[in-house]
Amino acid sequence: MNRPVASEAGLRTGVFGKEMAGAAADRARRFRETALPHLDGVYTLARYLLGNASDAEDAVQECSLRAFRHFDTFRGGAIKPWLLAILRNVCHAEYARRAGTVVGFGEFGEPPEDAAPLWNEAREAPDAAALRQLDAETIRSLIANLPAAFREVIVLREINDLSYREIAQVIEAPVGTVMSRLARARSLLREGWLAAEKGSAP
Amino acid sequence: MRCEEAEVLLHALIDDELDAGHARAIETHVATCGRCTAQLRDYRDMRGAFARANLSHQTPADLKRRIDARLPAPARPDRRNLLKGFAAGAGLSSAIAAGLVFGVMRTDQDSRIMSEVVSAHLRSLQADHLTDVLSSDQHTVKPWFSGRLDVAPPVADLTALGFTLIGGRLDYLDGKPVAALAYRRRAHIINLFVAERGSDKRGSAMETVQGFNIRHWGESGLSLWAISDLNADELEDFGRKFEAAQRG
Repeated sequence: MNRPVASEAGLRTGVFGKEMAGAAADRARRFRETALPHLDGVYTLARYLLGNASDAEDAVQECSLRAFRHFDTFRGGAIKPWLLAILRNVCHAEYARRAGTVVGFGEFGEPPEDAAPLWNEAREAPDAAALRQLDAETIRSLIANLPAAFREVIVLREINDLSYREIAQVIEAPVGTVMSRLARARSLLREGWLAAEKGSAP
Repeated sequence: MRCEEAEVLLHALIDDELDAGHARAIETHVATCGRCTAQLRDYRDMRGAFARANLSHQTPADLKRRIDARLPAPARPDRRNLLKGFAAGAGLSSAIAAGLVFGVMRTDQDSRIMSEVVSAHLRSLQADHLTDVLSSDQHTVKPWFSGRLDVAPPVADLTALGFTLIGGRLDYLDGKPVAALAYRRRAHIINLFVAERGSDKRGSAMETVQGFNIRHWGESGLSLWAISDLNADELEDFGRKFEAAQRG
C-alpha cells in the first residue's frame, strides 16, 4: 500500500533520486514543515549580506538545498539559527567568489576596530536631545553601510530577533564576541543616525 | 562599574540578556552617569525604530516555488488506488470518472519532451559532461556540429550580454540527436537544446518543471528549449537575446 506511493514520489525526486523514496518524501515533508516557514528570515539576512536581490535569491536557494541534504544532521532545538548559519556559509563563498580569492580578513574577517575602546568616541553632551525618527529607507541604508561583521549581528538581533546565544551559533563565535560586535554596531549606527538627522534637518 | 564596561553591558540590558545582579549593577551606574543615560535612551529609541520600521524582506514567490519544486514531492495517492476508488464509487458517474482519470493520467507529447529536457539537463550536470567541444568562440562551436547533425544549429556569442558560451555537445531528445549549447550566467548553467522540427509554432512559453525554468520557442523550422535553475526573468532575457542574435 505504501510502496507505490513511495515510488511515485521517487520518480519526482530528481537530484535526490539515490535515496529511498519513501524516506525522502517523509524527510521532505518534515523539512517543509519546520524549515521553510523561516525562509523570509533567511532571505532577509541574504539581502543584507549580499546587497542585491538576485544574489540573495541564489544564496537562499543554495542554502535551502544544502540544508535539506544535511537535514539529518540537525539535532533539534531552534532550526532558524541552524538555517542562518548555513546561509552565512553560502554568503562566505559568494564573498570569496567576488573577491576572486579565499576569504581572509575581508568582509567577514575579524574587524580590526573591535580592539578600540568604545567610550572614546562618545562626543555628545549628556543632555542631548532624543534621537529623531528616521524612515525605514534611511535605516536600511544605515545598516547596509555597516561592515559585514557588524551588519550581520544587527540583522540577526534586530530583524531576525535571535538571542545572543543563537547569534553566537550562527556566526560561530563566543557570546562575548557577539556582545562586543553588537555594541560596536549600535555605536556606529548611532553615529550614522545623528549624521542622517543633521542631513535631513529643516 | 566603569563606563567602558557599562557601554557593552547596557546592550545586554536592552536585549534582556542580563541576569538580575548585572542588570541592577548597570542600572545603578547609569543612574549616576549622564553620558550612559543618553546612550541607553538612544539605543532604546533605535530598537523601537527598528521594530516599527519594516526592515525584513519577503521571499519572492517565484523563489519559494523553485525551492519547493527541487524537494522530493509530498506523498500523493497513486494512480492505481485512485482508479480502484473510481470503480468502487457507485455514485460517481462514468463521465466524471473519465474526466478525472484523464486529468491524472494525461501525458501529452509536450510534457514528455519537457521532462526529457530536464533529464538531459540534469545528466549534463551530474555526469560532468557539459560539453564535447569546449570553446567560448561561436566560430569554433558551430562548425563542430556540421557532419554530426543534419542542420547546423545557430550559435550566438552572448558574452557581452552577460551569458557566456561554454561550449556545445551532442544530446538526445525524443530519441533524436539534437545540438546542446551550454551557457553560464554567474554560477548557473543554461542548457540550450536545438532540434530540427517542422513546427510552425510561433512565440515562446515559459514553464517550470521539477524546479527548473524552461523557455521554449520556435524559429525557422527549429525548436529551442533553454533550461536552467536561473530565475524566470533572467532566462527570459537569455531567450530574447538569443532570438535577437539569431535574427542578426
